[in-house]
Parts: sequence; C-alpha cells; structure tokens
Amino acid sequence: MAISGTGPLRRDLAEYTLRLGDDALILSQRLCAWVTNAPSIEEDLAIANIALDLLGHARTLLSYSGQLDETGRSDDDLAYRRSEREFRNTLLVELPNGDFAVTIARQLIYAHYSRLLYAALDKSADAVLAGFGARAAKEVEYHQIHAAQWTVRLGRGTAESRRRMQAGLEHVWPCAAELFEADDRVERLDADGIAVAPARLRVPWEREVAAVLADAELNVPAPSWQATGGRSGLHTEVFGLLLAEFQSVYRQYPGGTW
Amino acid sequence: MVTLADLGVIRAVAVAADGILEVVITPTFLGCPAMPTIEAEIRAVLANCGHPDGRIRQVLAPAWTTDWISAEGRRKLSEHGIAPPHAAQAPLSVRLGFGLPCPNCGSAATRPQSPFGATRCQAVLVCTACQETFAHLKAM
Repeated sequence: MAISGTGPLRRDLAEYTLRLGDDALILSQRLCAWVTNAPSIEEDLAIANIALDLLGHARTLLSYSGQLDETGRSDDDLAYRRSEREFRNTLLVELPNGDFAVTIARQLIYAHYSRLLYAALDKSADAVLAGFGARAAKEVEYHQIHAAQWTVRLGRGTAESRRRMQAGLEHVWPCAAELFEADDRVERLDADGIAVAPARLRVPWEREVAAVLADAELNVPAPSWQATGGRSGLHTEVFGLLLAEFQSVYRQYPGGTW
Repeated sequence: MVTLADLGVIRAVAVAADGILEVVITPTFLGCPAMPTIEAEIRAVLANCGHPDGRIRQVLAPAWTTDWISAEGRRKLSEHGIAPPHAAQAPLSVRLGFGLPCPNCGSAATRPQSPFGATRCQAVLVCTACQETFAHLKAM
C-alpha cells in the first residue's frame, strides 16, 4: 500500500521520513570532510563510498517526504533551502568529526542502528518505505562491517590507538540514546505497521555493539548525560556552520545549474 | 557493453492500461546519480522506435539485487576485468571475495583489500600470488 489521501497519517509519515532523511544527509556531509584527509587512500575511498550511499538514502527519503507533505518540495529544496530549526536529524550525526577514532565510534553507533532500522522497515506496510528498507539494509551492511573492523583494529592495536578509540567512544556515547527516543507520532505509525518505533531497536543494538567492543577489548561507556533536541529542530552550535557551508553555493547562485 | 537488461535494471516493458508504452525500471543503488542519464537514454530509444510518448516508471520494490545480473552480463563484466558477484545470499566471507580467481594470473589465492572501490557497487580484491589488485562487484 502507498499512502493516499490527506490527513494526519500522511503528515506523520512526512515528518518521519524527514527525520530519517536528515540523519543520512547530515552524516553524509560530515563524512565528506574526510575526503583527501583520511589515513590512507583506501579509507578515502571507503568513507567517500559510505557518504555516497548515505546521500542516496537521503535523496530517496527527502523526495518522498516532499511528496507526502504536499509542498511539492524536491530533495534539493529540502536539503538546501531549510534553516537550522527545520532540520530533524539527531545530534549524533552533526558531531564534529574529531580524530579518526571519534569518526569510527560514531560510525559504529550509527551503522548498527541504521542496519537494524532499515531491515525492520522492509516489512513496512508502506510500499516506498519497504522498498527503500530492503535495498538500504544491504548497503549499510558494508558500513557496519567497516565500522566494526576498524573498532577492533584500533582497540587491539597500539596503546595509542586503544586510548584514542576508547576516548572516541566516551565522546560520542551521550548522543546514542537520542536514536532510540520515542514519541507519539512514531508510535502511531509503528502501530499501523508503517514505521519502526526506535525504542524497539535499542536492545538488539546494545547487544551487537557490546559484542564488537568485547572483541575490540574496549569498554562500553558508562551511562551519563544524554543529548536530545535534534528531532525538534534544536541543534548544536556547530550545526549552523555545517549548514552554512553545505548550502553556500546553492544560496549564492539560486537557480544555478552546471 | 553491459546493457540495462543484462543488469536487471529494466523490469518490464508493456503497454499500460491507458495505452501508453511503459518501461519499468529499478535503480541499482538508492539515489544512483546515473538514473537521469539512464532515463534519458531509454527515452531516446523509445523515440527512435516510434514511441515518443512512451513513459518510464521507477519502482523501488522488489529491491534490485546483483542476483538479477544475467549470465551474459556476468560474462561481460569479467571481460572488462571486473570479477562478477557471488550469490546475494552467500555467506559473508564468500561475498567479500575470498578466493575469487585473479583475472591477471588465475590464482585463487585472492583476498579482499577493501569493501569499497571506485564506484558504490565495487570492492577491491588483491591477489597474494601476483600482487595485482582488481575490481569486484559486491553481492547485494
């Protein structure tokens, strides 16, 4: 079934796909900053490929959101013409890249989460989300492999790599909980078999990530403060800078093509 | 030259209920930037075949899989030096490319060098016998 007609279901789904699309879009933008800066040429390629996959996911989700909310906005319109408070990504994906270990820690968290999410979405009652989930889950499997392999390499490498990898995990961990935040809108969509309530993913996610960290001989960070606000458009200071750079060319040359 | 039919991108070509010829396609990778070019080329073929009003419909489900690449497509990929993919349901170590014959020397002493390569669909393998690297289409 594809969503037809107007009404709250359609609006809820527009908001949901916007959240998922923004997560992918902003993480893609962050990862692009590693191109020409990665530790090796293979990593340059790997990170660029991951960023391109994420961009593909963002385009699919944002295009769908623009159709659902009936503003007729395209994926480009949504990416380049919204301001900070209109973005619905979690704070995890807008974190500055930090050193390579911070980036790998962020990937470990997000790749496992997104694979669980997309695999669950392929059973969605909405045909577009189901098709998206089936395809995207296969793509992010390779993101997960990449993140897990690097976590293990760094954890079991030298004293320096181990120190940095543990520090990276401690740094990003407070932003993990927001991925699993519940709200009424998503609960309604989940009850209708359309979306996946993030809270459903928390236990399998914890199990998977803990297994990787055990293999890497690293510690699961202790619970501490939890970041929140991204789903309501309340972003961190660096988000303004990210958006300014990301949107700068489009805004300087409105309507430009090349 | 590998064709869209070889890749399984073209899912159906049929006259729709409204009498218009419709070509149904599935993107290989989500947001694949080649899709506008692919659509433009299909439109050109439709026009040349007397169907200037023919339309193209993109569907996401069922999701594209490398299993849809035809035997002919796989043969052509090999000829271009790209090792074709394993079955999408094969175990991970197989899918990652361990033991695929080296296009350079034929040895099976090959292993994955990186799951990411020059394009989103490719991984890079290395032959431990002759030390050459080669591209491999990832099974998915």
